[in-house]
Amino acid sequence: MITDIQTFFRELAASGVNLTIFYDAFDFDRFVTGLGNTLLLILASSFFSIVIGAAGAAVLTLSKGPAAAVVRGYVAVFRNTPLLVQMYFFYFAVGSIMPVGQNEIGLPQPLIGSFAWAVISLSLYSGAFNVETFRAGVGAVHSSYEEAALALGYNRRQAFFSVTVPLALRFSFASLANNLVDLTKATTVAYAVGVAELLYVSNQIWSDSLNTIEMMNVMLLIYLVLTGAVVFIINRVEAAMRLPGFGLGDGQ
Amino acid sequence: MNPTNLLSQILEWMPFVLQGFALNILMSLLAIAIGTMFGTFLGLGQLSPGWIIGAPSKLATQLFRNAPWLVLLFYCIFLMPYQINVGGISIQLPSWLRATIGFSFPVAANFSEIVRGAVKSVPRGQWEAAEALGYSRRSTLFRIILPQCITRMIPPWMNLYALLLTATPLSMIVGVEEALGRTQAAVQAQSDSRVLIPMYLALLAMFFLYTWPINRLSLLLERRFRTK
Repeated sequence: MITDIQTFFRELAASGVNLTIFYDAFDFDRFVTGLGNTLLLILASSFFSIVIGAAGAAVLTLSKGPAAAVVRGYVAVFRNTPLLVQMYFFYFAVGSIMPVGQNEIGLPQPLIGSFAWAVISLSLYSGAFNVETFRAGVGAVHSSYEEAALALGYNRRQAFFSVTVPLALRFSFASLANNLVDLTKATTVAYAVGVAELLYVSNQIWSDSLNTIEMMNVMLLIYLVLTGAVVFIINRVEAAMRLPGFGLGDGQ
Repeated sequence: MNPTNLLSQILEWMPFVLQGFALNILMSLLAIAIGTMFGTFLGLGQLSPGWIIGAPSKLATQLFRNAPWLVLLFYCIFLMPYQINVGGISIQLPSWLRATIGFSFPVAANFSEIVRGAVKSVPRGQWEAAEALGYSRRSTLFRIILPQCITRMIPPWMNLYALLLTATPLSMIVGVEEALGRTQAAVQAQSDSRVLIPMYLALLAMFFLYTWPINRLSLLLERRFRTK
C-alpha cells in the first residue's frame, strides 16, 4: 500500500509534479514534524488566549479600578501593534535579559525557547482580541437576567459567574471562531523566530527539492483545511451548548 | 556608558528606522487602494444571483480570506516575475512592490466580505419597495442600496486598513527593508544588547501611534452611524 503510494508520487514527479513529501522518507518526516508543531502552536495558543480573554473580560466587567485600566491598556497595545514586532520584541529583546540555563552537553540554552516565545506572543496577541469578544458577549446578555438572579438572592459575583457568563459564552462563539481562525493563520508568523512549523519546514523542503510551487500549494491547502476544521469544531461546540429558545438561531 | 548616551545612540538611529516606517505606510496605502478596488468587484460578484459570477467570487473570497497572509506573501514573492514587459517596456518589480501585491489579495477578500455584509444589512423591504416602484435589480443596488452602505462600510474598512498596516512588517521576512528590518539592522550595527528593548519598544510605539487613532476613529464612527 505505502509502496504503491510512493511509486505513484515518484511517477507523478517524473511527469512534473514533484511532491517529495509523499515518497521521500526524510521530507515526509520533516513535513509531519512541521504539521505537528503547527497543530501544537494552534492548540496551546488557543487555550491560553481563551484563558487570557476570559480573565480580561471578567476584570473589565467586575472592576472599574486600576485593574480594568491595565486590561484596557493591554488590549489597546496588543491590538494596535504588529504581531511580528511583538514576537521579535519578546524573542530578541526580552529574551536577551532572560536567564540562560545549560543543556546536557554544557552549552548555554535559554530557558524559554523559540517555541515557548511563539506561544506566549501568539496567546497575548490573540488574547487581546478575545478580551473584546468575551466583553461584547457579556454586553449582549440582557441586564434582566442579572436582575432576576439578584432577586433570587445571588450576589453580584455569583450572578456574573453562574448566570451572565454561561449566556455570554453562547453569544461569543461567532466572534471567537473568527479570532481562532485568525490565530491559526497567525501561527505562520512563528516562522520568523525559527519555530519549525509548517511554513518553516515547507521552506526547507522546497529549498532542498526545488519544488516551490507544489509545496506552496500543499501548504495553502493544509491551512485551508485547518481553518475549516477550527470553524467546524467551534460550530459543533456551539451546537452542543445551544439552549432551546435562547440565542440567535431560534429566537429570531 | 550612561543612560543619556544610550538615549542619544538610539535617537541617532531613529531617522533610519522612520524611513523604513514610511515604506510600511506606502505599502499599506497602495495595498488598501488595490485591495479595495478588487474587493468591490468581488463583493458585488458575491451578490450576483447567477452562479457564473457568484461562485468564482465566493470561492476567491473564501480562499484569500482563509489563507495566512504570510503564505500569500510567499506566493507573490516567489512566483511573480522580477520584471514584466508591457508593450516593449520592461517594468522592474522590486520586492516591496511584489509584497504590496501580496498584501492586496487578503485585503480584497476581506473587503469583499465587508461589501457583502453591508449590502445584506440593508433590510429586505427596501429591495421590495424599489421593485414595486419599478427599479431594476441593478439600479436598486447602485441607487438605493449602495449609497446607504457606504457609511456602514467605512468603520470596518478602517479596521481593515489598521490590520493591513500591522501586517506589513511580515514583508521583512521576504527581504523588504521596512521598519522592522531596519530596526534589526540598527540593533546589529550597534552590537550592544542594552539597546534591544528600547529599540523594539520605539518600533512598537511607532506602529501604535499610527494605528491606535485609526481604530479609535473607526469605533467613534461606528457608534455615530449606529444611532439613528
